[in-house]
Amino acid sequence: MTHKTLYDKIWDSHLAHINAETGEALLFIDLHLIHEVTTPQAFAGLKAAGRNVRRPDLTLATADHNTPTENQAAGLEGVKDEQARTQLEMLSKNVKEHGIEFYPMGHINNGIVHVVGPEQGRTQPGMTIVCGDSHTSTHGAFGALAHGIGTSEVEHVLATQTLRARKMKNMAVRVSGKFQDGVGAKDLALHLISVIGTAGGTGSVMEFMGEAIEAMSMEARMTLCNLSIEGGARAGLVAPDETTFDYIKGRPSAPKAGQWDAALSYWKTLFSDEDAHWDEVVEIRAEDVAPTVTWGTSPEQALPLSADAPIPSEISDPIKRAAAERALDYMGIEAGKPLKDLKIDRVFIGSCTNSRIEDFRAAAEIVKGKKVADGVRAMAVPGSGLVNAQAEEEGLDQIFVEAGFEWREPGCSMCLGMNPDTLAPQERCASTSNRNFEGRQGRGGRTHLLSPVLAAKAAIAGVLGG
Amino acid sequence: MKKTFSRHSGVAAPLLIDNIDTDQIIPSREMKTVSKEGLGEGLFAGWRYTEVGGREPNQEFVLNQNSKIDSTILIAGSNFGCGSSREHAVWALSEYGIRVILAVSFGEIFHANCLRNGILAVSLSQDNIDALANASNEGEITVDLVEQTVSAASIKDWKCDFEIGAYPKKMLMEGLCPIEMTLTNEKAIDAFLQVDKETRPWVYTV
Repeated sequence: MTHKTLYDKIWDSHLAHINAETGEALLFIDLHLIHEVTTPQAFAGLKAAGRNVRRPDLTLATADHNTPTENQAAGLEGVKDEQARTQLEMLSKNVKEHGIEFYPMGHINNGIVHVVGPEQGRTQPGMTIVCGDSHTSTHGAFGALAHGIGTSEVEHVLATQTLRARKMKNMAVRVSGKFQDGVGAKDLALHLISVIGTAGGTGSVMEFMGEAIEAMSMEARMTLCNLSIEGGARAGLVAPDETTFDYIKGRPSAPKAGQWDAALSYWKTLFSDEDAHWDEVVEIRAEDVAPTVTWGTSPEQALPLSADAPIPSEISDPIKRAAAERALDYMGIEAGKPLKDLKIDRVFIGSCTNSRIEDFRAAAEIVKGKKVADGVRAMAVPGSGLVNAQAEEEGLDQIFVEAGFEWREPGCSMCLGMNPDTLAPQERCASTSNRNFEGRQGRGGRTHLLSPVLAAKAAIAGVLGG
Repeated sequence: MKKTFSRHSGVAAPLLIDNIDTDQIIPSREMKTVSKEGLGEGLFAGWRYTEVGGREPNQEFVLNQNSKIDSTILIAGSNFGCGSSREHAVWALSEYGIRVILAVSFGEIFHANCLRNGILAVSLSQDNIDALANASNEGEITVDLVEQTVSAASIKDWKCDFEIGAYPKKMLMEGLCPIEMTLTNEKAIDAFLQVDKETRPWVYTV
């Protein structure tokens, strides 16, 4: 018995060097995912120093943040925003120069970086995975240590295939029991963040465990780990199991036949030992998690959909009270009013949090044979070309289109207001994305985070609580 | 050019809101550049200007007040820099002239990004943050990295200590390049690879 957590095991197996005095380690990186927005300065830095990419074979590129979600067949010439086009062109040039595999806009494998890695089988248990994007935590769903890094660190990983890191703390989130019908990973994540706060996991790797987690699909685990960063934890983890192995098997970059058995035996050692030490433990009963939405401008400002908006004068903590006042004012919500009655203008089903096939299946079940409410503009945006193709094969795209949704082409879309898909000031949006920050989806836009099921219901009803 | 840090005195602007995320520090629409330059203008764009893409100053915003326009220090609440990993937030702060951020706590990726760009990000208690925010209206704030203290011109005989690891302190003081430092360990990386290729061959045969 080794008394180690899953995180301890992955950390130990990737230590290329550690400075005994300072605790500063060099962690070997198994997979470096890159995209157009956070890499141009890193490649420029490499060039200026006369360095090369150390392991292009362990690097994978896709274009996602800036790409428009319509008319992608027109290629880069069709990208109207000149600066966005320059970033996309720069990525194409840099990957070509360094021999890095790249799925450009319009390629069947193109899509959101955190959808692409897993669906290609590049994301595997026990790996270390980094990307210049905070939602890299998504890949923790496979039992991989995965987190976001800044552009200076991107340059460091390109040059050395290592990351300078310090050991983080171990936090366990145990979720017992079974969820109520229609409640799932998104509701759990928002509920958890509302309990521990957006800084609750700061300095920790958050491992999710327990009956409710074991019962989850890979898509649900990805949603959950994706949102661990919104709870302050750079990385989330779920120990790999049969669900994980079944998901990986047969994917293009899964270990080949001669290596599959060896990989599988290795992966089966990746779990937290029973007597491992936890710096912090959070216990949640799945039955206690309600369908959950955010009402404010921080992911911790979340409540059950059946609740009323908070009344700031009833909040005793002065900082939290001021934050609530500010958020209600920005969101245009009257204190104490039922959240479910809020009239919405827009619906967005997509983003690295919720744009996988299971998300669209769940939403399609709700909208099938129904119509989007008058005055609501609803968008469904698949996370990748492959999700799009699968949805088309299952006829899901038609279900959305017949209901009055726009079925668009893959990309980050309206999650971050960086491409043409944005909210107008004061527009209220039911969104399956990950951040309800002020202006995140467009200046003055009002974002309510929720699950694909709740977003679909809202689209039909025209109010948040459909 | 190496950017080093030892001691800094300057005008400090209080922004006492918790959870100021990197989307507030620089909105995504302001970061479609391929260089580290030109981002200072986009700093706090959503709060600093009256319109999207416009440059008409919003007089309500602290950095637009005459006494604070030349701020080199920011004073903030909890979880400053949470959210997106965008280093553009740090480049924008740096270009604006910010050298130090004093906050109750920081988003982790942001904190790491500050270190790599010569910005000193210091965690202090809420009480000390409040005291310094008040004092910032009456004179300069001084941050001494060597001594690990923060003091205010307007509070006589007062200073507070802060903690910083030996490695980040050295990095800031000497303006070290992490890639150069790592490359001195190249043999250790090669040795790791030799062994790991035997243990996990499937990782290296994509």
